[in-house]
Amino acid sequence: MSTLAPAEVKQPADEESVVPDRPWIVLVWNDPINLMSYVTFVFQKLFGYSLEKATALMLDVHQKGRAVVSSGTRERAELDVFRLHEHGLWATMQQDS
Amino acid sequence: MVRLRKSRFDRARGGGFRVRLAPDERALLASLPDQLEALVAGGVGPGTVRLFPPAYAQDAEMEAEYQQLMREELVRRRMEAVGMVRDTIDAERLTEEQLHAWVRVLNDVRLVLGTLLDVSEDSDVLDADQEGPDYGQRVVYVVLSDIVDDGVSALAGTLP
Repeated sequence: MSTLAPAEVKQPADEESVVPDRPWIVLVWNDPINLMSYVTFVFQKLFGYSLEKATALMLDVHQKGRAVVSSGTRERAELDVFRLHEHGLWATMQQDS
Repeated sequence: MVRLRKSRFDRARGGGFRVRLAPDERALLASLPDQLEALVAGGVGPGTVRLFPPAYAQDAEMEAEYQQLMREELVRRRMEAVGMVRDTIDAERLTEEQLHAWVRVLNDVRLVLGTLLDVSEDSDVLDADQEGPDYGQRVVYVVLSDIVDDGVSALAGTLP
């Protein structure tokens, strides 16, 4: 994929650095190994989501390739990523754009 | 409606879960803790890449920092779960915490096998040469998938 930003707009160099007031999001990516039932269970167990919400997120991951499963401070996102990794899910975090 | 076969894990009266595994399944599971422990201790390799995914996919510096802080703890948690499975491998009953460890460990083994076998969503894992060198691993993968699914169903019943 490419970005469509016009070439004449020069971003200041520090634009890319961490801006504290933008929340961090935790993404879970689709993979061919984890079972749909397992992924749904992990979302319920770790985040306390209802079966309906956890299932909807799992289906988003499955069909769209990824889904945002939580968001918040950087520390909170790191903890969520860690717990997802502990459960074998493919999770990453980034600052919301 | 008809239930084709009983789940391997049933909620027991008085708490916890009853375990119903065939002898060959029990023998298979007993062989896994040592193998997984060796793989996890060996760090990131071709089979274990899925056990240690990157956290910061877009920032190498933050990723290095994160791994330095968290990798050891992730290994420790995995070893802890492996130890719990080893200690309860012959158990007829499991607590919720123990069954959770079983599911995590068996899923870890699936992640390793699935990576090595390069499984995909679009093809049947058993759709391969039965005489091929990896057919045994494919069967193990399918059996573990089935056991994990049973474990997840049982644990899901404990959720609020």
